[in-house]
Amino acid sequence: MTTPREIQTARWNEPVIHQLGREGARGQRFPAPEAELPRVTLPESIMRTDRPDLPELTEFEVQRHFLHLSQMTLGMMGVSLFGTCTMKYNSKTAEYATLRPELAEIHPYQHPDTLQGVLEILHDFDLILRSLSGMDQFVFQAGGGADAAYTMTAVARAYWADRGELETRTEMVTSIQAHPCNPATAAAAGFKVVNLPLEENGYPSLDALKAAVSERTALVMINNPDDMGIYNPEIKEWVRVAKEAGALIFYDHANFNGVMGKLSARELGFDACMFMLHKTFGAPKAGGGPAVGAYGCTDQLAPYMPAPLVVKTGDRYALDDDRPKSCGKIREFWGNVPQVVKAYAWARGMGAEGIDLASDISVVANNYMDHRLAQIDGVVRSNPDITAPRMEMTRWSLAPVFEETGVGTFDFANRMADYGIDPWWMSHEPWLVPEPFTPEAGELWSKADIDLWIDVVAQIVREARETPDLVKSAPHNQPVAQLKGDVFEDPEKWAMTWRAYLRKFA
Amino acid sequence: MALNNTGHPWMALSAPGAIEDMLAEIGASSVKDLFAQIPEDHFRKAPLDLPPQLASEMALKQDLLGKLKKNHTCEDNLNFLGAGVWQHHVPAVVDEIVGRTEFATNVWGSYQSDHGRNQAWFEFSSQLGALLKLDVVQLPVYSWGCAIGHAIRMAQRLTGRSRVLVPQYCDPERLSVIHTYCQPSEMENHIEVVEVKADPATGQIDMGDLRDKLGPNVAAVYFENPAYLGTIETNPADISAAARACGAETIVGVDPLSLGVMMAPGDYGADIVTGPVQPLGVHMNCGGGVGGFIASRDEERYVREYNGFLVSIAQTQREGEFGFGLAAAHQNSYGSREHGKDWTGNSTYLWAIAGAVYMGLLGPEGFRELGQLILSRARYAQALLDDIPGVRVLWRDTTFKEFVVNFDDTGKTVAEINDALRARRIFGGKDISHELEQGQCALYCVTEMHSAADLRHLAATLTEVCK
Repeated sequence: MTTPREIQTARWNEPVIHQLGREGARGQRFPAPEAELPRVTLPESIMRTDRPDLPELTEFEVQRHFLHLSQMTLGMMGVSLFGTCTMKYNSKTAEYATLRPELAEIHPYQHPDTLQGVLEILHDFDLILRSLSGMDQFVFQAGGGADAAYTMTAVARAYWADRGELETRTEMVTSIQAHPCNPATAAAAGFKVVNLPLEENGYPSLDALKAAVSERTALVMINNPDDMGIYNPEIKEWVRVAKEAGALIFYDHANFNGVMGKLSARELGFDACMFMLHKTFGAPKAGGGPAVGAYGCTDQLAPYMPAPLVVKTGDRYALDDDRPKSCGKIREFWGNVPQVVKAYAWARGMGAEGIDLASDISVVANNYMDHRLAQIDGVVRSNPDITAPRMEMTRWSLAPVFEETGVGTFDFANRMADYGIDPWWMSHEPWLVPEPFTPEAGELWSKADIDLWIDVVAQIVREARETPDLVKSAPHNQPVAQLKGDVFEDPEKWAMTWRAYLRKFA
Repeated sequence: MALNNTGHPWMALSAPGAIEDMLAEIGASSVKDLFAQIPEDHFRKAPLDLPPQLASEMALKQDLLGKLKKNHTCEDNLNFLGAGVWQHHVPAVVDEIVGRTEFATNVWGSYQSDHGRNQAWFEFSSQLGALLKLDVVQLPVYSWGCAIGHAIRMAQRLTGRSRVLVPQYCDPERLSVIHTYCQPSEMENHIEVVEVKADPATGQIDMGDLRDKLGPNVAAVYFENPAYLGTIETNPADISAAARACGAETIVGVDPLSLGVMMAPGDYGADIVTGPVQPLGVHMNCGGGVGGFIASRDEERYVREYNGFLVSIAQTQREGEFGFGLAAAHQNSYGSREHGKDWTGNSTYLWAIAGAVYMGLLGPEGFRELGQLILSRARYAQALLDDIPGVRVLWRDTTFKEFVVNFDDTGKTVAEINDALRARRIFGGKDISHELEQGQCALYCVTEMHSAADLRHLAATLTEVCK
């Protein structure tokens, strides 16, 4: 165990952009209208007569302002073992390829003859995902993992409507530990949500599933392994139980990293699955998208997928938009195409052997972390009775430290940043484990990175005991000090725009 | 388990011996031991069938460019396609900032450690709020259609009513998304989507039909300004007043690039405003650059119905310093699962940063200049095209950047004309003949990118191919 050193991030004291610049400054000019162009005046009832209250800055001032903001963003430039999000290297080769006009400056309504390259990449990547999952068809329209879950609910609606059973198949069954997007999208799609509690072994019991599933069940949505790092060994029985009731069963592959190349959703019996290209497949998540939830399903469900789909006839690629049973569009156009290209690049760069190795590394690295974290007095693994090695992440608890010192998981998250470590992921709601944290190493980080991360946790445990106020008042070396939280639920004080701020406080 | 003999540039622990060292520290004899939770018969039987690994950057780049170069671009061709994705100028500084690795990263961060990104997000909302003249702007959702879908569902929750009025001339992509969000009729919370007729003389909403269809069961009226076919609603305040009189919400969709010359929707009675973010500094990206914003007045009844991230400015513990955090966060699906407002997740937040940079560069004069230039060039194009024998512009001189061109009197179909244009390196307007029931029609989009000479070239080429 070594003692980590604190860092100091940039602190530019950067004003809000509205506070910068001066009247008349220009950051962008447009060509003067050619002499032959008509002067156009809109009708008064729709003409803008006021000057929008926008800042006025030169081009350099805008560039400098946003470079300052980027420098005041830790953004994984230290070590981030942020669980459930699978931190990866995002290839600049792929990034730069997507910035080229051959992708950036093409329009989805161009004639397919002029889009053969991008269609080929989408087609080839569909085949890669089919091999990884065993599914028969993928679509990339969904703008994230949650949107792919929503796609599943829309496909299920179309499937049941086509069978005349949508009025009776009204329920979606999931686990209380499933990602919130599964119950939330099912509810937004109009289904009643049935949450199964976890048993002592870390997953819902088969008996609970059997009791919940019936002729009312439209769909079961489940991830495996879950965010605790626990794999449900009864998953094949789950599939059987769901199918005996006639229900569809969907594999949320958010936690694919530890099992990629090892498991096939189709071989396990699932009807559909989704992959997050902005996590598992190396496209940047960019602080919250643009992202892609790649949705794949069997031939039985494929007619209900959102359109268009990419098809290949001979050596030509085309779009199939003539799908009368389709659930309709989840989102306009084909999806976040640049992210699909980046995911394709990741899969090609890795190859089958690289993907298999990466899942090995994910699980080995996580077990190495578990091994070292277990040596820190005051942190405990969730479900301590389950001694089997966890998968690619493990849910831990800071409860003993918290009970002893009053320093909790939020305080730790803030303090970690002072050592250049991105604040850790705690847990999705509901918190089944007190004071949770959930590290995941993935295949990116070196042993030295992982050791530093654990040394920082150990250091903050020491600080919690010796100088608890230091931790509770963190961060100290970040662009700004700890936020006061009083405004966020107060309609008199919250301000989501500068004009609202001026109205309330100026 | 994989054979480990050569280091891979994207995996530190792929170096020879690295895994073995860790296994030794853990006390495990093999990688396989660590997969003990998975029953043997769960492991896949079918071998992975993937194309060969391209571990060298050179080989990967060659593969990517070899494929991408088969595309024909709107840089090398003269493009008039719009309809949800529009070709606008993207300033170089926008590309630099959104490409910064601190922003284009996987991590979520915290209020303090990722302060700069959160400030950029707030500045997106602040500048867009200034254009819209509204005090609350949420970070963008997946697309404009998704923004309209959420806004309609907000209106349903606000009013307890389940019918929405939309214009007859609605983009079929957006309308399909709206139908998805409004649920099939079998579902309990289904929202009925009713179309309001267009006035054939103007393309604008038929006020008589609107008044006939408004009633105590209408949750919201949705209209766009400019609309799908480019037409401008010249009396939007009348529409919102009619909606308000019936207790319905007014939801408007606007093109943010029109707001230097067109009245802010906050000034004509809009309750919830939506629109696309792609025009604000995002490349077309084959449709993969879209996102949609939602905005409203700062009234708690609206704020409590948002589905996603609302970034608020806040004080820090250091005197005189500000930071940024999420307001009303518990109501989203992260906080409340199935009881949350619709759902949220990863969205299109990098484009909020693009938009913040773009709006910062343009400023008030840039938006005015841009709006005037688009109007002038689009009207010039209309005049040129309307002069071509057999070619007719619908609702001429009443539109913003898009307009409908009818080709009936040329005796040719839009498909034939567009094929001929493509052979001459022009991407003609979107073929909407099957949507409109107005004969052979195309939706042309003219922006600041089209010089007067470009437009004359279009007209000359069309004259030739329509003969």
